[in-house]
Amino acid sequence: MTAPTHPRSAWTGLLLRRGFQIVALALLVATLCFLMARALPGDIATRIAAGRYGYDLVSNAAADAVRLELGLDRPAWRALLHWWGDLARLDLGRSVVSDLPVWREVGEALGSTLELSAAALLLATLVGLPLGIWSGLHPGGWIDRLALALAVLLRALPPFLLAVLLMLLVAVQLGMLPVAGDDGHGSLLLPALTLGLGLAAGLARVTATAMREAAAAPSYAFARTKGLSDRQALLRHGLRQAALPVVAYLGVQAVFLAEGALVVETLFSWPGIGHALVHAVFARDVPMIQGTALCMGLLFVLFNLLVDAACLGLDPRRRQGGGAAA
Amino acid sequence: MSALPDIPQPTARHRLRRRAGLAVLGLVAAFALAGPLLVGTDPARQVLADSLAAPGARHWLGTDVLGRDVLARLAHAARLSLGLALLSALTAAVPGVLLGVAASWRGGRTERALVLLSDAVLSVPGLLLVLLFAALAPGRHWALYLGLSLSLWVEYFRVSRAAARPVLAGDAVQASGLLGFGRFYILRRHLLPALAPLLGTLLAFGAAQAVLALAALGIVGVGLQPPTAELGLMMIEYMPHYEEAPWLVAAPVAVLAALVLGMMLLAGDGAQA
Repeated sequence: MTAPTHPRSAWTGLLLRRGFQIVALALLVATLCFLMARALPGDIATRIAAGRYGYDLVSNAAADAVRLELGLDRPAWRALLHWWGDLARLDLGRSVVSDLPVWREVGEALGSTLELSAAALLLATLVGLPLGIWSGLHPGGWIDRLALALAVLLRALPPFLLAVLLMLLVAVQLGMLPVAGDDGHGSLLLPALTLGLGLAAGLARVTATAMREAAAAPSYAFARTKGLSDRQALLRHGLRQAALPVVAYLGVQAVFLAEGALVVETLFSWPGIGHALVHAVFARDVPMIQGTALCMGLLFVLFNLLVDAACLGLDPRRRQGGGAAA
Repeated sequence: MSALPDIPQPTARHRLRRRAGLAVLGLVAAFALAGPLLVGTDPARQVLADSLAAPGARHWLGTDVLGRDVLARLAHAARLSLGLALLSALTAAVPGVLLGVAASWRGGRTERALVLLSDAVLSVPGLLLVLLFAALAPGRHWALYLGLSLSLWVEYFRVSRAAARPVLAGDAVQASGLLGFGRFYILRRHLLPALAPLLGTLLAFGAAQAVLALAALGIVGVGLQPPTAELGLMMIEYMPHYEEAPWLVAAPVAVLAALVLGMMLLAGDGAQA
C-alpha cells in the first residue's frame, strides 16, 4: 500500500488490504462462475427444474416457472446482480451432481485439505528449519553443501513430477504406501511428502541465509561478548531475528501450497478442496466450482493474513514505519 | 524475492548461464518449429498395429498405445507450450509495465486504484484463475491464454512500479523535465533502460510459470483436451505404460524440464524463489 494520507496503524492497513482482497475474490470468482453457467449448453431453467422435480417430471411449464422465479429471463446484468446477491447472503446453492448443499460438501473437503496442508507445513518445518539453522551456523560445511544441492534439485521439480516420482518409487516399486485415496493409515504421507519436500527445500535455504545474517549481526556478537553462551545467544537473539525472513517466505509460498494442493490432491485422489474443484469442473457443476474456488481463495488470503500478522508481531519496525511494505 | 543468498558473482558466469539458457531454449524451439516438418507424421494419425512400438528407424521415439508417433506429438506439444507461454508472457508484459509506470508516474489516487486492482487479482492463486478460465471454455486455447496473461501481468506491474519510482524521482528525470523534454523522451531514455534488464528476467520467469501451469492443468485433466498433443496430457496418458515403455513418459518430462530449465537459466538469479 502507498503511504496513507492520514496516519493509520499498520494493523488496520493489513486488515483493510486483506479484507478488500476477500471481497475482490468473491466478486471475481462469482462473476467467472456466472459466465460459466451462461456459457453452458442447454437451458438453465430446464436444468434447475429437472434438479428439483426429477428429469421425468420436468415440463415446459415447470421450466417457465423456474425462469420467472429466478429471474432468468431478465437481462444479463440483472441476473449477475442476482447471482452476486445470492453470494452476499452466503447462499451457495446445491451441487448439481449430489444435490447436497455446497456448504456441506465444501466443509467436508475443507477438513481434508487442512489436514494435508498442516501435514505438509509440519513436515517442511521439521526438515527445513533444523537443516537451515545448522547450515546457516556452519556455512560451507558438508551439510550446507548437501542441503544446497538437494534444494536446487527439489525446487527444479514441479510438484506434479515429484508426486509421480514418489508414487512410482515408494508406492508401486516398494509397495510400502497406498498410491492414492484416503483409507486411513499412511495415505496422507505421500501427498504431504510431495508438498512438504518442495517447501522444505526453499525453507532450508531461506533459513540458512537468515541464520547466517543473524549470526553475523553486531547484536549477536554483543550477546556473545556480554557472556551468553552460544546456545543462549542463538535462542534469545539469533532465532528471533532470523524468524522474520523465514515467516515472510512462508507467505510467498502460500501460492505454492494452494496450487500444489490443487494438483497433488487430484493426483493422489485426496478428498480435499482441490480434488473437489477439479471434479466439479469435469461434471460442469457450477455451484460446486464456485464454492470450492471461493473456499480455496479464502484459505489462501487467510494464510497470507496470518503470515502478515506474524511478520508485524515479530518486527516492531513494520508496526511503526507503515509505508515501507509493498 | 530472491530466496537464495545473493552471492556477488562474476558477470562472466552470468553471461555464460544466460547463453546456456538461450541455447537450451533455442534447441527446444528449433525442435518445436522444425520437428513437424522433419518427422512429417501427423501427430494424431493412429496405426493400431504399431501400438507401443519401441524407438527405431521409423519412429525415433516409438509410438504410444494408439500407435501415434511420439516424436511428432512431442514437437507439437513443445510448439504449443512454448507458443502459448511466450505469447501470454509478452502480452501480459505490455499492460503490466505500462500500468506500473503509470502508477509510479501519477501517484496519488491513480496509484492507489491500480494497486487495489493488482491486489484483487492477487487474491486468487494463479493456477486457480487459469483453471477457472479453462472451465469457462473447456479445451480452448484462448481461455487458457486469457487466464495466463491475466494472472501474469501483476508481477510486471509490481516490479515496474517499484523500479520506476526511484528513476522518476531521480535528478536525471528532473533535469530532462526542466530541459523541456516530453513524456515519451523520459519513457524511452530514462525508464526503458532501467526496466529492460528486469523485464528480461520477468519475461523468462513468467514464461516458465506459464509452461508449468499449462502442464499442471493438462496433468489434472482440466486444461486442453485429449486429442491435442500437450506435455501434461502426454505425461498422464503415458503413465499407465511406464513399465513396458518407459521412454514414453520420459519424453514429455524431458522436454518440459528443458523448457523450464532454459527459461530459469535465462531469468538468472533474480527469480529463484
